Amino acid sequence: MPGRTISFHPDDRYAAFLRTIPEAPCGDGRLAAVPVAVKDNISTAGIETTCASRILEGYVPPYDATVVERLKKAGAAIVGKTNMDEFGMGTTTENSAFWPTKNPVDPSRVPGGSSGGSAAAVAAGLVPLALGTDTGGSIRCPAAFCGIVGLKPTYGRVSRYGLIAYANSLEQIGPMARTVADVNLLMEVIAGHDPRDSTSRDCPYHHAPDPEIRGVRIGVPEEFFGEGVDPRVASVVWDAISLLERKGAEVITCRMPSMAYALAAYYVTCTSEASSNLARFDGVRYGPPADTKKPWHEAFQERRREGFGEEVRRRIMLGTFALSSGYYGKYYAKAQAARNNVRADFERLFREVDVLAGPTMPTVAFRFGEKSDPLSMYLSDILTVPANLAGVPAISVPCGKVEGLPVGLQVMGRWMEDERVVDVAYAFEQGGSA
Amino acid sequence: MTVIVGLEIHCQLDTATKLFCGCSTDYRDDPPNSHVCPVCLGLPGSLPKVNKKAVEYALKVAKALNCEVPEESEFSRKNYFYPDLDKGYQITQYDKPLAVCGYLDIEGDEGEKRVRITRVHMEEDPGRLVHKGGADRPKYTLVDYNRAGIPLIEIVTEPDLRSPKEARRFLNKLRATLEYLGVFDSEKEGSLRVDANISLAGSERVEVKNITSYKGVEKALTFEVTRQKNAIRRGQKIVRETRHFVEARGVTTSSRSKEMEQDYRYFPEPDLRPLRVRDWAEEIEIPELPDSRKQRFIDDYGLSPTHAATLTGDWQIAEFYDSLPADLKVSTATATWVADTLLGELNYRDMSIRGVPLDHFKELLIIRQSGDITEKAAVEVLRSLLDQIRESGTCELPRQCIGRLGLFAIAATEEGADDPVTAAAREAIAENPQAVADFGTGKKEALNFLVGQVMRKTRGCAKPGDVNRVLTRLLSGDE
Amino acid sequence: MITERDTEHIGQLADIAIHREELALFTSRFNEILEYFDILDTVEAVKEEEERSYNILREDEVVPSLSQEEALANTTGPEEGFFRAPRVM
Repeated sequence: MPGRTISFHPDDRYAAFLRTIPEAPCGDGRLAAVPVAVKDNISTAGIETTCASRILEGYVPPYDATVVERLKKAGAAIVGKTNMDEFGMGTTTENSAFWPTKNPVDPSRVPGGSSGGSAAAVAAGLVPLALGTDTGGSIRCPAAFCGIVGLKPTYGRVSRYGLIAYANSLEQIGPMARTVADVNLLMEVIAGHDPRDSTSRDCPYHHAPDPEIRGVRIGVPEEFFGEGVDPRVASVVWDAISLLERKGAEVITCRMPSMAYALAAYYVTCTSEASSNLARFDGVRYGPPADTKKPWHEAFQERRREGFGEEVRRRIMLGTFALSSGYYGKYYAKAQAARNNVRADFERLFREVDVLAGPTMPTVAFRFGEKSDPLSMYLSDILTVPANLAGVPAISVPCGKVEGLPVGLQVMGRWMEDERVVDVAYAFEQGGSA
Repeated sequence: MTVIVGLEIHCQLDTATKLFCGCSTDYRDDPPNSHVCPVCLGLPGSLPKVNKKAVEYALKVAKALNCEVPEESEFSRKNYFYPDLDKGYQITQYDKPLAVCGYLDIEGDEGEKRVRITRVHMEEDPGRLVHKGGADRPKYTLVDYNRAGIPLIEIVTEPDLRSPKEARRFLNKLRATLEYLGVFDSEKEGSLRVDANISLAGSERVEVKNITSYKGVEKALTFEVTRQKNAIRRGQKIVRETRHFVEARGVTTSSRSKEMEQDYRYFPEPDLRPLRVRDWAEEIEIPELPDSRKQRFIDDYGLSPTHAATLTGDWQIAEFYDSLPADLKVSTATATWVADTLLGELNYRDMSIRGVPLDHFKELLIIRQSGDITEKAAVEVLRSLLDQIRESGTCELPRQCIGRLGLFAIAATEEGADDPVTAAAREAIAENPQAVADFGTGKKEALNFLVGQVMRKTRGCAKPGDVNRVLTRLLSGDE
Repeated sequence: MITERDTEHIGQLADIAIHREELALFTSRFNEILEYFDILDTVEAVKEEEERSYNILREDEVVPSLSQEEALANTTGPEEGFFRAPRVM
């Protein structure tokens, strides 16, 4: 059915989109004519894709990411590309090179990041479904801050082909929506094996969410309620966990000692990978051109200084340092050992419990400019990065509010048990006691 | 002064597609950037996927070089910034190479020699750069990524070679081995690149980069040996440095720019999974290699070790020899003809065995063996055919050529007076009374002289045996 | 502790130019972050990762390439089918 389109003229008062498609093609299928927003680090053939970076301004991919192909096959209309922290590097979407996105719940606050545009577009009701990407919490954080649902799938469950890499070994594309059922639906469409992605696993996702939670063992790591977690957030999350307990789940407190260094392991790993991933933006093949009157290194350095924002340059330099001779052992190699320990912690805990639960974020959404120094910003990722380090699935589902601002309940599951975290979130969403 | 040489050899594997994407490797006659895709252009979001055939080929090489294949190997990123690198890093292997600890036996300066192989690993070829505005004062660079992503193997030797000649022999043996394996085509431009480490015992080591031909290796190293010896003689110290070989001038030049110790910041490639291919390597079958084939030629065909070595030193020639009829193969004359005459004529013309229709030469050999043409005529036909190929790429059938040149052997009839050989003999006798007289006094050389005259008159088409017989008969007055 | 000189060196290695006026702030941020990373010194590896997949390979089958036009579509000022880059020599 060629030529079918839907009109899309949203009132984007929260600046969720970097660009929209006024007449978006669509087709038949499970998502026939459903408008879907796509984070701007996911390649869309014929639609500019910038990662919210100056260095990719004007870049129009000649191919679709696998997830975009799957959306189109399901009939969805790609109606726009959403704002984000440049290359996914941030927790607030303030690091977009173009403009910040506002939180629809409270426009004086950030929507979270880095998939802040996708979260805001969903929360504002501009689209029912959006794709985000999650490297260290970038789906779950904005989902929590904006009061929507976001799933970071098991590493390998959704193809990364066409996702512009920030930290390859950590990140996944995942669904964001207002309800668990919609997240589940979008996950069904995008998941599945992709031979083009060597890290993709052959494990399709077909699932009807089941709210039955009796007998499910929920582990609650003490570290998820430790220092830095706002007691009011902790209280709301404990209430949510209690609700699940009342519905028949068994709640077991436990310990996750590797949390002590998980965040450091995460930042060393992601900056190392990023320092390499972002080397290709030299202005030769795409993006604003390098100055060919200058010698290569000078032109290249200038291109990168002008093209990358401060946080991106900081992370490239941190990663370069962590991989450099003399420091590889202290940083990169240690981070990988730490990562194995995080994995081991999860494996050990998942022998005793079925899922782990805790807050998604230590606090509610920040005010703009509230986190001005990088380290304190990094520290706010402490609860989301463990799932990325271990490659396990994790979902954030709204579980209450603190002074009118949403709080997310995070549920993490065993490797390839995305269905179970969806079910637990669904059980909570259904509410009430059994 | 002992010369110490180690080599790092990069060879393109002859697969149909690139190492990490499905783009065709057959790019040499095509426009720039016409064999590229999101993967080999390094477009954002694209992901590499390893070509199974490339791994198989690399394993064959590892096996042929008697290497150990570790339990696990993996790809790493080598980070450096250069416009020929589409991703800003090269996917290669670093601390977990595909294969280690092998060896290759060669004919060394002092007999049989074992050259140790440190490692064999896989990596992707970068793109090709064209410097615009002249080599001395380039204005900017043009980049073609058709070559980007072509599978390479890097073979690193221990510093076991002791002369430029040995280095050349090693390379020849390596090339032959790779071609026997069917994983490499040495004829393709730029399919082989060599970096050489060379030092004189007790001195610093110099790396010579950018050697792109077999002959170049010997030339570059010979130049370096002389340069380093002269420097030491003059009391200078050899500095540890990287030099570039300038093929056209046969010299190496210092890279001048004080090459900062490069920090490539290797780390495991997160977009690829590790390889566990030890079992696969064990199962992989490799064909007969030059050494065993040489032995077979000696044992089965009775060839001399020298002939056997020459005939098996190149896969195509060895195949050609093996395809000859059984009775031809066991003849020293055939071996001589192929190893010396055919290869000599090819070499003289700077032609390769590839691109010549070997069936024609097989037929020529069969005709020669049958006696339908003489040895001398066969060489003339060979030369003509090769010249034709060089001119136009194709040539006549041997019989056509023989006919056109009138080179079929002229037979002398037993007692007949009219055959051309007898006629030429009569003429020669009539024109050379002195020789006839000398023959009468028992001078054997006189007969040889007359034979030569007859051969000349028959343009080499008379069989020497016939000429001898006819002349003897005529001179001894049987008529 | 890293110094401003170290920061400059890392900038060189990363091929990222840093404005002079940024140097002090970059350096102090780095030191805060690197100090936090020191926690990694306490890590003792419990076990090696068990790899979950190996030998992910594709067949050696040709897939159509982009056209030259498509390949060059995102670059500025291509020349005779080539990309243009700054001089390297």
